[in-house]
Amino acid sequence: MTTADHNTRRARDLLAMMERIRAFEEQACLAAERDKLVLGAIHPSIGQEAVAAGVMCNFNRDDILLSTHRGHGHTLAKGADPLAMMRELLGREGGCCGGKGGSMHIADFGVGMLGANGVVGANITIAAGAAHGLKLQGSDRIVVDIFGDGAINRGPFLEGVNWASVFDLPILFVCEDNQYSATTRTSSVTGGPGAAARAESLGLRATTVDGNDAEAVADVTAEITARIRAGGGPEMLHAITYRRTGHTSFDPAGYRPEGESEHEAKTNDPIARQRAVLAGMGLSADELDAVHTAAQSEMVQVLADAAATPFPADDMALQDVQDIGSPAQEAY
Amino acid sequence: MVKMTFVEASREALREMMQADETVWCVGEDLGRGSVFGQYLGLQDEFGPDRVADTPISEAAIMGAAFGAAMVGTRPVVEMRFSDFALCATDELVNQIAKARFMFGGQSRAPMVIRKPIGLWRSSAAQHSQSLESWYVHIPGLVVVCPATPQDNYSMMKAAIRCNDPVVYLEHKNIWGMEGEVDTSLEVELGKAAVRRQGADVTLVSWSDTANLCVQAAKTLAGQGVDAEVIDLRSLWPWDKDAVIASVRKTGRLVVAHESVAVGGFGAEVVATVVEQAGNALRGPVRRLGAPRSLVAYAPNLEDKMRVTEQMIVTAAKEAMGK
Repeated sequence: MTTADHNTRRARDLLAMMERIRAFEEQACLAAERDKLVLGAIHPSIGQEAVAAGVMCNFNRDDILLSTHRGHGHTLAKGADPLAMMRELLGREGGCCGGKGGSMHIADFGVGMLGANGVVGANITIAAGAAHGLKLQGSDRIVVDIFGDGAINRGPFLEGVNWASVFDLPILFVCEDNQYSATTRTSSVTGGPGAAARAESLGLRATTVDGNDAEAVADVTAEITARIRAGGGPEMLHAITYRRTGHTSFDPAGYRPEGESEHEAKTNDPIARQRAVLAGMGLSADELDAVHTAAQSEMVQVLADAAATPFPADDMALQDVQDIGSPAQEAY
Repeated sequence: MVKMTFVEASREALREMMQADETVWCVGEDLGRGSVFGQYLGLQDEFGPDRVADTPISEAAIMGAAFGAAMVGTRPVVEMRFSDFALCATDELVNQIAKARFMFGGQSRAPMVIRKPIGLWRSSAAQHSQSLESWYVHIPGLVVVCPATPQDNYSMMKAAIRCNDPVVYLEHKNIWGMEGEVDTSLEVELGKAAVRRQGADVTLVSWSDTANLCVQAAKTLAGQGVDAEVIDLRSLWPWDKDAVIASVRKTGRLVVAHESVAVGGFGAEVVATVVEQAGNALRGPVRRLGAPRSLVAYAPNLEDKMRVTEQMIVTAAKEAMGK
């Protein structure tokens, strides 16, 4: 395969993954708003797909991922089964977590995805620890920990990044900066120059990238992961993107300047940008549309199949709490 | 049998478990110098700085990182120095460690021992003296143990390290130097109480250092014609209801004593369970002893106001007897 072929293939894979993430979340939002099938909150990452696709294409299935409440894209890109994920969003049997976690606690240990997290920033120390455990065991696997721009204002950011630095751990921290902390503009509540500078102050090499440019994210992550796999220690990637939806799918985001999201959608959509890259490589509009249509068909079917799955058995409420003193055996 | 102090007992158990299982490691502040009370003395020399890891003063990271390392196949023993400091890692323990297995539908385990020295100890004041065991019992997912003797600190440390659940391991600071004979072949099952003294007249239920006070009180009571049975729960979750109920069915009298604040304390759970499940066996008023719902002061006379004493246990036992 020539370099040009390789580049085209990766570019097409990035587009396909972003289309699948977009389609999955569009179906999830429909399931929430139209069908009332998603009962709890979901936090879409629509407009941020280039970070998930571009970062994760540089990690192997047995590498470790920890993610956030806005983690559908990361999880899909790590290789999780979308049907198991959609079942989880609907609280159904056969969900990644048996319907017990929901959107905010999706995990798929089979693909090295050790959990989304409902607490902002909490995954940072845990991910550092996963890297610590791998290093103790002499493993050649590495860890990627993704968190948002809001997380850098929580204590675990300082403690976890410092920990990775002190113990020289094989981990990439990705600050997926969508510019909003829940419903507040992050820049209005953040002192100093932000994520990259904070990581550098703790001894990490930090790289900032246009998080809506899937090619750039994939390129820079490839360089970083090569250094980490070679024993170069932890690094930070600050990927600047934009959250097109509200904080949750139900949040109309009235706190945003009028037209901001629409402008981003029109001028800075990561999928449109990647289509342009592929068009430049010679792919036709029909070929690109086929990628879109395949993703849409897949996820429409995923939602239909998930909705046809039963809820978990009632006795699961007392299962998988603990071995000793389990509520399944213990009166209360 | 080997004579050991309370601190030597858990250290020896930890050493043996580290020798037997290379996935066991310790993580916390100042471990290379033995930590605050010498619990790790010599272990870094024997096992090296990777397996006896000195950390920054970052309780949240110690707890969170140990959890991450547990999820990828190691068995960390986490040192929090003082149970009070562990509150800096409450999200990690309560929201993450305790919940992960359930939230992830059984995909994960967190085999961890989380050591939190508890209790009143020589004018340590309000931020170094607490006993918060009842908080942890309230959190599904956690095992909670409170050894009170060198034997139990040896055997239960081993059981805790073998356990595949996260174990909150509460050692009382006042008894690090307590000596006792230890049978290194004795296994203690987590969740099983110890009958520290057999008796026919009144059941004294306790744990941690207050159980030792109950043993003393029982001796005093014996001289006054009261034959007290002392049950040291040792584990608070799970707790040995069967042992307590069997004893109350025998004696018909119940006193529960603990060092922590009485209000909302685990003693209330013990009493409520006995009343629900063996209320018809009770032949006298139930007594519950714990600290006033106030704070631990520095001045020794004020600190003493928070103590449950041997004399208070003796008096409560006699009241339960109607004397």
